[in-house]
Amino acid sequence: MSEPTPAPGDTAPTFSLDGHDVPFETGQTVLAAALAAGHYIPHLCYHPEFAPHGSCRVCTVKIDGRPTASCTAAARAGAEVDSRSDEVLEMRRRLVQFLFTEGNHFCPSCEQSGSCMLQAVGYALGVTNAHFSPLFPDRPVDASHPDVLLDFNRCILCELCIRASAEVDGKHVFDLSGRGIDKHLIVNAESGRLADTALAVEDKAMSVCPVGVILRKRRGFRVPIGERRYDAAPISVVALQKKPRPSAAPKEG
Amino acid sequence: MSRDLGGILARHRNDPTRLVQILRDVMEADGWISPPAITALADGLGLPRARVEGVAGFYAFFATEPRGRYRVLFSDNITDEMAGSVELRQRLLDAFHVRLGEVSRDGLVSIDVTSCTGLCDQGPALLVNGRAIPRLTHARIGAIAAMIRGGAPLTEWPDNLFEIHEHVERQDVLVTTPFAPGEALGAALARGPEATLGEVERSLLRGRGGAGFPTGQKWRLCREAPGERYVVCNADEGEPGTFKDRFLLARHADLVLEGMTVAAFAVGAQKGLLYLRAEYPFLLPGLEAALARRRREGLLGERIRGAEGFDFDIEIHVGAGAYVCGEESALLSSLEGERGIPRNRPPYPVTHGYLQRPTAVNNVETLAKAALVARHGADWLRSRGTGRSTGTKLLSVSGDVARPGIYEYPFGVAVKQVLEDAGARRVQAVQVGGPSGTLLAHNELERRIAFEDVPCAGAFMVFDESRDMIDVLHNFARFFAHESCGFCTPCRVGTTLERQMLSRITSGKGTRKDVKDLGHVARLMKAASHCGLGTTAGNAVLDAFAKFKPSFDRRLASLDVLPVFDLDESLAEAREVTGRDDVGAHFPEEP
Repeated sequence: MSEPTPAPGDTAPTFSLDGHDVPFETGQTVLAAALAAGHYIPHLCYHPEFAPHGSCRVCTVKIDGRPTASCTAAARAGAEVDSRSDEVLEMRRRLVQFLFTEGNHFCPSCEQSGSCMLQAVGYALGVTNAHFSPLFPDRPVDASHPDVLLDFNRCILCELCIRASAEVDGKHVFDLSGRGIDKHLIVNAESGRLADTALAVEDKAMSVCPVGVILRKRRGFRVPIGERRYDAAPISVVALQKKPRPSAAPKEG
Repeated sequence: MSRDLGGILARHRNDPTRLVQILRDVMEADGWISPPAITALADGLGLPRARVEGVAGFYAFFATEPRGRYRVLFSDNITDEMAGSVELRQRLLDAFHVRLGEVSRDGLVSIDVTSCTGLCDQGPALLVNGRAIPRLTHARIGAIAAMIRGGAPLTEWPDNLFEIHEHVERQDVLVTTPFAPGEALGAALARGPEATLGEVERSLLRGRGGAGFPTGQKWRLCREAPGERYVVCNADEGEPGTFKDRFLLARHADLVLEGMTVAAFAVGAQKGLLYLRAEYPFLLPGLEAALARRRREGLLGERIRGAEGFDFDIEIHVGAGAYVCGEESALLSSLEGERGIPRNRPPYPVTHGYLQRPTAVNNVETLAKAALVARHGADWLRSRGTGRSTGTKLLSVSGDVARPGIYEYPFGVAVKQVLEDAGARRVQAVQVGGPSGTLLAHNELERRIAFEDVPCAGAFMVFDESRDMIDVLHNFARFFAHESCGFCTPCRVGTTLERQMLSRITSGKGTRKDVKDLGHVARLMKAASHCGLGTTAGNAVLDAFAKFKPSFDRRLASLDVLPVFDLDESLAEAREVTGRDDVGAHFPEEP
C-alpha cells in the first residue's frame, strides 16, 4: 500500500497500480507515470509527444473503482488504479473490437501488419475476432499524392496526424468532418485530394499514424514480415523500450 | 455560391468564433454550403479550410451537398411517431416521389428526419427551411405539399401553420409569482454581489438542466477564478420530450434574461451569451425584442440601473442541430465556432470556459429561478420542494396523456400524481428525463421527481399499454446514433451498434445474441464514454432489460443465431435497378 500523502524529502508521491507503487511527478497522468515506471497500459490515441486526447478509451482503467481514461487522468497520491482486473480487460477488449467493427481492417493483406498498434493491442488483449457485425464502411483510398497513399479504411480516428500536422508541421493538412459513426478524416483541399495539400514526406504527420492510413508509396513490404516492429516482442514490451513510435514512412536504408 | 459571402463575413466582423453563425447565414442564403463557399469562408476568416469543412460537416442543419429548395425535416421523437408522423411523412414522400434523405430530381424538395424538435405537446412536427410547423395532419401535409409544388416562398405560407401554442396545465410559484423586469436586479443591487451570491447558495438552488450542480457553488467558483468572466445561458434544449425552456423563453423571457444579469452581477461578468437551439427560431424575434427593451430600460448595457461599473450585455447564438451541444463544454466549443465536442475535464468551464475564461453556464430554468431567488430570497425557494431538491420543477409532459403541456410542481411530486393530473390511462411506462433519463415501469409510479429519487431535467413521456417498448427503445437508439459526436470509441461505435441491434430485433430478425450484445454495448458505453451522452445512451436499454424483459422475448426470432446477411434483401438494389418486383426477382421464402 502506498501512502495517501506524499512523503517528505526526496520521495516522489505514488499511486498503486495493480499492487505496484508507481511514483509520479505533479501534473503527470496515470498513463504517463505508469509507462515511465515500466508498466504497460494499452493505448492507441496517446502519443508521448502530444497532449493527451482521451478519445480511443483503450487505456481505460478503474481509479478508486471508477472507470477512467488513464491518459487524461491526473495521477493522485494514494489512488488505487486497477489496470488488469477481468472487468477492465473486458472493457478494453470490447473497445478494440469496436474499432475493428467500425473500419475495414484486413490484417493479412495490410502492409502495416506486424507494425500496426491496433493489431498489436488486439493481440496483447487476446482479441481474436471483432465479435460484432462489421459495419463495412465505404471509404475510398486517396492515391492522388505522388509519394503518399491514404487508406482511410484503417483509420481509427485517433487524430494524431491532425495534431502533428497542425502543431508540429504548421500545415493543418488533416482534420475531421462528419459526426458520430460518419466522422471521418479529411484533407485540407477544396478538391478533397491529398495531392492538393501541402503535405510533404518529411512531415511529422507522416510518422504518427498508429495504423496503416498514411503510407509512403513504393515502400510497401520493404520490411519483411517476421522483422516488423511487433514481430519479435509484443507491444507490452515494445512500448516500454522508449524507441520512436512506428513510422509509416521508414527512412531509406 | 452566394455572391454575398463578403457581406455575411462583414456582418460577423470576420470573426472565426462566429463560424457557426456564419455558416447558418450561408445555409439561409444558398440552401447548402458548397466547397467553394467553404474555401472562401476559410480565406475570409483566416482559418484552415479543413477546419471550416469540419465544422460545416458536424452540425445536422448544415448541408455540404445540395439539398432541395424546400428542406423538410420531420421530427423523429417517439412522441411524433406515436402521433402518426411516419404515415404523414410517407404521404409527403409519395407526393414528390422521393425517398427519405433524397432530393427530388427537379431540386425542389428534400425530405428527411431530425431529432426531437421540442414540440412534443403539439406533434407531429416538422421543420421546413428551419421553420417549425406543429400539429401535422393529413390536411396540413396536403397544404404543405401544394405550397411546395407551387413554389410559394415561406413568407407567403399562412401564418397559422407556424403558430406554436404554450399549454400551461399546472402552475406553481415560478409561473404565478408576479415579476416586473428589473426588480430582481434592484434587490440584487441593494444586497451587493457577495450577498446575492450568498442568497443563491443558501437557497440550495440546483441546476435544472439535468446534472443538478449547486448553482451558488458554480457561481462562486466562477467569481473566484481570475480573468474576464462570462455568463452563458444554455437554451439548447435537445433532450427528446423536453420543451419547458421553450415555454420559459416564450412566456417568461424577462425572467430568464434577468437571471443572466443577476448571475453576471454575482460573478462579475460583462458579457452574456444565450445559446438557443436551432429548432426554436420562432423564439428569436421575442428574445431580440426583450433584449432591445431591456437595453432601453437600462437593464442591460452600461451602468445597469444606474450602478457604476455594472456593465453587462447579452448576445444570442443559435445552434445548428446538435444535441451534444447541450453538454456545457461542447456548447462552449460551439460558441467559439468549433465542432461541438465535449472537452476533457478538468479544467471545468467555471475556470476555463468560453475562450478559456471563467464561465458560468446555466440552464434556462435555473436562471429564471435565480432571478426569483434574488428578488424574493432563499427562503422563497426553500419553502417548496424537498430538503435536497428545493423549489419547483417544470415538467414537459407528452405521449399518452389527455392533456400534454407544461406542468410545474414542487420537487418531490409523485410520478403518479403527474400522470393523474395529465389524464394518463393504462400506463405501461414513463420515460422521465428523456432517453438519457430513467425508464419507470407501472409498478414504480409512487416514486418522486427529485434529485434524490428520480431526477428529471424536464422530459416526462408517457407510454400506455398499447405501446411496444422495443419500438420506444429503437427510437431512442436512432436518436443517440444520430447525435453522438463521434469523439470517443464507445459512444461512436456503441450507439450505432445499439441502433443496428434494435433495428434487427424490431424487424423480427433479432436473436438472443443481439439481446446479450445489447447489454454489453450499453454497459460499455456507460462505463467508458467521454461525456454524458455516451454514459447515458444505454440507460433506457438497461432499464428495459430489468423491467420489460418479456417485450424483448416477444420480438425475438426463435433461433439463437440468424445469418446477418439476408439473401433476399441483398437483391433489393438489383430489383430497383431493373424495376422488377416479381416472384422471380426474390429468393424463395425459407420453409
